[in-house]
Amino acid sequence: MRWASALEAVRRAPTLAVGALMLLTWVVTALGAQWIAPYTAVQLNLQAVLAAPSAAHWFGTDQYGRDVLSRVLYGGFYALSIAPAATLLGLVLGGAIGLVTAYFGCWVDEVVMRLLDAVMAFPIVVLALLALTALGPSLVNVIMVIGFVFAPLIARTVRAAALAEVRKEYVQAARLRGEHLPYILLREILPNVKGPLVVEGTIRLGYAVFTSATLGFLGLGVQPPTPDWGLMVSDNRNMLTTAPWTVLFPALAIAFVVVAISLLADGLEELTAR
Amino acid sequence: MSAPLLDIRGLTVTYRRRRDAVTAVRDVSLAIRPGEAYGLVGESGCGKSTVAMALLGYLPRNGRLDQGEIRFEGRDIARMGPAELRALRGARIAIVYQNPGSALNPSLPVGRQVAEVYRYHARMGWREAHEAAAAMLERVRIADPRRVMRQYPYQLSGGMQQRAVIAMALAGDPALLVLDEPTTALDTTVQAEILELFDGLRAELDAALLFISHNLGVVRHVCDRMGVMYAGELVEQGGADALFAAPRHPYTAALIGCVPDFGVVKHERPLASIPGTLPDAAALPSGCAFAARCPIAQARCRTDHPPLEVLDGARLSRCWFARDTPAPDAGIYADEPPQAASAQESPVFFSVRDVHVRFGAVPILRGIDLDLRAGRTFGLVGESGSGKSTLARVLTGLSAPSEGSLELDGGRLSEKAAGRTAAARRALQMVFQSPDTTLNPSHRVAHILRRAVRVLSGLRGDALRARARELLKEVALGDEVEPRAPAQLSGGQRQRVAIARAFAGDPRLVILDEPTSALDVSVQAAILNLLIVLQRRSGVAYIFISHDLAVVRYVSDRIGVMYLGEIVEEGPTEAVFGGPHHPYTEALIAAVPHLRAAPAQSAVRLRGQSPGPARRPAGCPFHTRCHRVRSGCAEREPPWRDAGGGHHIRCWISVEELTCVQAGHDKQ
Repeated sequence: MRWASALEAVRRAPTLAVGALMLLTWVVTALGAQWIAPYTAVQLNLQAVLAAPSAAHWFGTDQYGRDVLSRVLYGGFYALSIAPAATLLGLVLGGAIGLVTAYFGCWVDEVVMRLLDAVMAFPIVVLALLALTALGPSLVNVIMVIGFVFAPLIARTVRAAALAEVRKEYVQAARLRGEHLPYILLREILPNVKGPLVVEGTIRLGYAVFTSATLGFLGLGVQPPTPDWGLMVSDNRNMLTTAPWTVLFPALAIAFVVVAISLLADGLEELTAR
Repeated sequence: MSAPLLDIRGLTVTYRRRRDAVTAVRDVSLAIRPGEAYGLVGESGCGKSTVAMALLGYLPRNGRLDQGEIRFEGRDIARMGPAELRALRGARIAIVYQNPGSALNPSLPVGRQVAEVYRYHARMGWREAHEAAAAMLERVRIADPRRVMRQYPYQLSGGMQQRAVIAMALAGDPALLVLDEPTTALDTTVQAEILELFDGLRAELDAALLFISHNLGVVRHVCDRMGVMYAGELVEQGGADALFAAPRHPYTAALIGCVPDFGVVKHERPLASIPGTLPDAAALPSGCAFAARCPIAQARCRTDHPPLEVLDGARLSRCWFARDTPAPDAGIYADEPPQAASAQESPVFFSVRDVHVRFGAVPILRGIDLDLRAGRTFGLVGESGSGKSTLARVLTGLSAPSEGSLELDGGRLSEKAAGRTAAARRALQMVFQSPDTTLNPSHRVAHILRRAVRVLSGLRGDALRARARELLKEVALGDEVEPRAPAQLSGGQRQRVAIARAFAGDPRLVILDEPTSALDVSVQAAILNLLIVLQRRSGVAYIFISHDLAVVRYVSDRIGVMYLGEIVEEGPTEAVFGGPHHPYTEALIAAVPHLRAAPAQSAVRLRGQSPGPARRPAGCPFHTRCHRVRSGCAEREPPWRDAGGGHHIRCWISVEELTCVQAGHDKQ
């Protein structure tokens, strides 16, 4: 029965299925890189520096003779560890802010929302750059920073959805019973804003992959020789004309994941809209 | 007899759903003569709106006209092409829907929208069309048409918007005007004005009306003939007077018995109840569709489908025992006999003292005083914007008053629900208006009730589950609804769960804010009966808020009438309705459509619309609309006058004079 309804969902939202399949490919290759990849990520081969794609090196090699395919496969793991954790942090923070501001309204809503507007006035990358220069680059810091800069955006979406719910009579009934605030927010309101929250979370997940790659490119993410996609693009950008495969394949990997997540988000939105 | 204008024969309409098909209208035949007013009544899901859509060629994409023909002026609408249909709609047939707010384009001035009809159908130039639109707006009794024409829909009240929509419908000079619940979204007083407008227009125009409504009183007021639909079929048809006087189908009789006709009170007669629910349109029984719910059904009814039989003259009934149909107020439709009022007066346990609510400088409530007695129902009536719902929110602690106090058993209650003691929260509960939002859509019925029992009565474990099940039983629901989500329940069932939730902590006062106004009449009757039984069993007191005076009169022991945030009259129900009454109450009463009596030809009508709390007139707030206004009214606030027996009226006119002028008026 569950399988039947899953099939029905695929039929109704094919983009969802395609996105999910692409995403699954990423997760499997990122987690299974050590078994799938033909070489390790840091294995140097000075005999084959900047080799073009061939049977031995499908994606070619970089300036140290490292296998690009293996590095792209291993690199998936870093994107996979940063993006979901950062998105989750953003969802928890933003969700809490959105629920509280919607519930209290009045001046709480005004003050918090204007503050968030001020934060959102800066481009995300500029904000993240500032914070990471101050904190120093590390995996945990990248996750924290991306999570924090996403929180205002998520808070807006949750607030808009929760505003419609807060006025409904079941919330008033809960207040009349004397339910405490966490119960009203988490058990009464949250389940009814789940749809927009999931869609927003998925969209943010895609952006998180992109942002982490950008930060890697700028040298603020994980440090070399770690095989991070953004970092790979950055390291090899001087070879763009002579050995384009060193930049092309990590860039394609970023695009693949971002497109996969966008498709998933669109599919989810279609499903929840109906 | 002239040839019919509209002749529907054997109309059958089917909707395709994902897995099956549902026949929404089955073999419906009806004819409307030129200039005639035909009423089509029935509860939600009976197919009356589908008939209207079919005859306009507006069936939704998944709807199919399977059989039958719709002859309008001799031509079959079902066989018309899109161009022919366009020429017909708006010109020969026009329709007015329930919600005028969405029928008008919010970004165009009203005048332009009416003129558009003349431009399109009469091919007039702009200037000419503009003049014609002004004339039509005047015809629908809009006082200052030139000014209204420049206004946008949001600047008009609901009643004025509906007049503008009617003007648009009439602009094409239709031969048939279809009215689909045209007054359902309006206040009773505004409804009365619109109904009066229809009366006037019928005398002036020769358009026929097809009036679709669930409100029997309204149909009775407007129509000459009427048809009753049930489960997609026409079950009875006849002249409006004859049909109400002696229904010839048990469904019609029960439906009439469900409506608390103005003047009926709970101690005299319980409302009829129709047991069970509408049969699933995808699996209709082979016999009579109503048999399972019919009090006089015999074995034959369950096996043989009754034909629409001609009785005497113009009467039609789809019942094997049409001539044996008991009258609507026969006891057979009710579950329980009425209970006499107890003569003993219970003590006051809850008081409201001088409560004010202001939003900024705008007074929403001004000095409300109330005393409530255990086991009694206090009815609150007034137009929208009179402050009824704000008062309810203050009593429950959902909003805090700007001034004044609430007392429970003589002790002062905290203003906010969160600051009240557990006992006080248990004592005061509320049932809300909308069955769609009263229950959390993500929770199951079992969770909703168990949570309320846990928080309000502190029970745990098996005792908690047992109590939740008992609550369901008290509101006449079975255990099988426990695992269901609110979306899987009907509106009436949801409202029952909401009532059970309010009763979880054995409350002493339950505030009922329009608890039945979103429900069908038969469901409303069942809910009202339930509330009365619960009150008798538990001794709970109610505050019953409604804009429906007949319902309030039916359930209440005492009544308070509110106008612009003040109580202007208060007293025992029969004293308030019997008179003398405040001129405002007098006007409200005159606006109620009656079921059995012929429509009252009362000249008492409210003038204009309520100015709203922001523009509250000085002196007596009602003087700007009062039909008995005199010189001093605008200057000072009127005094309370004692009409005896706990009945108080706040008016400059003395009780003796009110008695005299109103009695004289009633005789006319």
